[in-house]
Amino acid sequence: MSGSAVLLQFLNGLAGASSLFLVAAGLSLIFGVSRIVNFAHGSLYMLGMYLAVSLSGTLGFWLSVPLAAALVAAAGLVIETTLLRRIYKAPELLQLLATFALVLIIRDAALWAWGPEDRLGPRAPGLAGAVAIAGRQFPQYDLLLICLGPAVFIALYLLLSRTRWGTRVRAASQDREMAAALGVNERRLFTAVFALGALLAGFGGASAIPREPASLQIDLAVMSDAFVVVVVGGLGSIPGAFLAALLIGEVKAFCIGLGYSELTLAIEFIVMAVVLVFRPWGLLGRPLAETRGPGTLQPPLPAPSFLLLGGLAVLLAIVPVFAGPYTIVLLTDILVFALFAASLHLLMGPGGMPSFGHAAYFGLGAYTAGLLLLRAHLPMELSLALAPLAAALGALVFGWFCVQLSGVYLAMLTLAFAQIAWSVAFQWDRLTGGSNGLIGVWPAPWLSSKQAYYYLTLVLCLGAVALLWRLIDSPFGYALRAGRDSPLRAAAIGIDVRAQQWAAFGIAGLFAGVAGALYAFSKGSISPETLSVPRSVDGLVMVLLGGVQTLSGPLWGAALFTWLEDSLSRGVEYWRAAIGAVILVLVIAFPRGIFK
Amino acid sequence: MLEARRLSAGYGAARVLFDVELAVGRGEVVALLGRNGAGKSTTLKALMGLIRPFSGEVHFDGRRVDAWEPYEVARAGLGYVPEDRRIFTDLTVAENLEVGRQPPREATPAWSPEKLFELFPALRTLQGRRAAHLSGGEQQMLCIARTLAGNPKAILLDEPSEGLAPILVEQVGKAILELKRAGVCVLLSEQNLSFARRVADRSYMLEQGRMRQAYAD
Repeated sequence: MSGSAVLLQFLNGLAGASSLFLVAAGLSLIFGVSRIVNFAHGSLYMLGMYLAVSLSGTLGFWLSVPLAAALVAAAGLVIETTLLRRIYKAPELLQLLATFALVLIIRDAALWAWGPEDRLGPRAPGLAGAVAIAGRQFPQYDLLLICLGPAVFIALYLLLSRTRWGTRVRAASQDREMAAALGVNERRLFTAVFALGALLAGFGGASAIPREPASLQIDLAVMSDAFVVVVVGGLGSIPGAFLAALLIGEVKAFCIGLGYSELTLAIEFIVMAVVLVFRPWGLLGRPLAETRGPGTLQPPLPAPSFLLLGGLAVLLAIVPVFAGPYTIVLLTDILVFALFAASLHLLMGPGGMPSFGHAAYFGLGAYTAGLLLLRAHLPMELSLALAPLAAALGALVFGWFCVQLSGVYLAMLTLAFAQIAWSVAFQWDRLTGGSNGLIGVWPAPWLSSKQAYYYLTLVLCLGAVALLWRLIDSPFGYALRAGRDSPLRAAAIGIDVRAQQWAAFGIAGLFAGVAGALYAFSKGSISPETLSVPRSVDGLVMVLLGGVQTLSGPLWGAALFTWLEDSLSRGVEYWRAAIGAVILVLVIAFPRGIFK
Repeated sequence: MLEARRLSAGYGAARVLFDVELAVGRGEVVALLGRNGAGKSTTLKALMGLIRPFSGEVHFDGRRVDAWEPYEVARAGLGYVPEDRRIFTDLTVAENLEVGRQPPREATPAWSPEKLFELFPALRTLQGRRAAHLSGGEQQMLCIARTLAGNPKAILLDEPSEGLAPILVEQVGKAILELKRAGVCVLLSEQNLSFARRVADRSYMLEQGRMRQAYAD
């Protein structure tokens, strides 16, 4: 790579960093004040893109950008006052679920308004050309973007450090209750901060349209980029976000520039994993204030009811006598996801470790089963038996890093590992079949009928759930819960908290792997979607719908979610939005889970 | 000025206060005595609106405030100094005072920064310093000053002498008497009996969430 090429790649990275910073700064601000991790932040960015593309048709590019940003800010205002305000006191994870429901709704709203095709924006009039830099052509507009990031950074910095409003925002970020006791109206402050965050996201999206087309998939992509930047920089730190945006922007640009474009899907997550291992609170972050109070103490779990499980097993065993093949396939899916949810519940409930990347272990199980069958030509039964071990191994490797952290940082690291696993599956064409995945993953002949496979799934899934329940109700489970509720006291009575958590990772991975392997053989094929972020989120939704602090809740949550998804995706055109709406209603009506 | 009528409050299902009655008049300094866990802090939090009372009423300055948000109570002129200080450690001393600032009120002493630094001379030279780097005593001063910056009509002090060196306790006592002279009414919770006796006009005694006795000094 010549010197001029390096320079150009560097400038390219700076331009990308600017867009990243705009989104991440808003996300970080919102998190700092309200402690809400806004999953829908990428959706607001997407909304800004579409609005700017539409508006630029009549108003021209330069007017459309600020107008689109203002409209997104208004949307943020509506979201905050109608929805988020109702759930500030709900558990952190339910808030996350609500913002994820918004992702689904906004995406379908965009689909309805602008259609499924990508929408190309106009070039910026007056800056449509290129300038020669070190003998190479560089787009003029990108130079503007390069200046935009630092300009917004300085403006935000002045706003936060030099104005009374900014001082209050910083005070409330640290201690909301104390700020309120001094006369700060936190409600109004939250609304204003959310609208500001939305404005930044909308501005970021709108100003990006000369560079890339508006598309429906950009929401989750931008969201995960912004998450990485915020976590690498340190949650709530604007300078940290700026620094991290530069780092990630440059690393990405050089990955593409050096010809490692496959690596770009995972590189930011690798950077994040490395940063978090060495600096658990991000580059410029500090440990979060303990937000736990007497109000959020977890009620003890009830003793497992094996009678319930047994009754369920009997009931499910007689279903095939009168049910059609369609019902049997649906029930097989439900059983698989019930086990998936139950394994995630071990981490989230008794373990107190929110995993945002549980699909990684589900996917590892599925892929290992498929690969052993197709590439190693092992019998199906043996593949099915060995696959969970690979998943458990993966969970132990990832989990070792994850248990060094806690809370949102832990969640983000699990997400990072899942994303890395996904990009390996997506890109290692020769082994995993890349984006096409593996086909021909069929069960052995004696299991080839839907009924036989259903019974196999029934036995394995309910047996695994019974094991999980037994484990939660054992000394191991008690120690795990003790470590969740008070790590210090648990350590003081001789419990190695991290070892317990690490073991929980391995066990949860094992059972997720069982679910994944069963899923692979029931579908006959595996695609990278089995370990994608949306699949991880599905698991979260199931557990949270059912109630984290219950035992059987995750099973019901999985059943309800799988059934809803199945029936809605058939009958309703905008089924994602419908699922989102259902989730929102449930979250607002049952802030502690439905089956509570 | 400040009155609780049959006030019951607690956390979640746990009830801490049972039908507490108390009143603080204009210009009075009243101490709320009791052991650890008697419900002193809970009483102050309930008065401030930081926890919702289960039942009973809180009246402040002629208005019923028990359904108000804490910020509304604060803006009505009731100041609160928590037990654990809760300084904004990321902010400088001057910024901490800025967060507490409210417009001056009629017939109530106004605390300009100048007057606050007269009351707490140690803070004057520390204005630009980040609050995280203050000593415990300095933080306690800042915490009281921050609440005073809101020009309160009445102020709730939760164990202001706790964990302070004797010389600092002396300073806090002087500050409280200074407040009284300026006409701010004070309700302070205390375990330190001699300190309470020195600064308070009268006291209440809480025992296991119930009001036991009222002493006139």
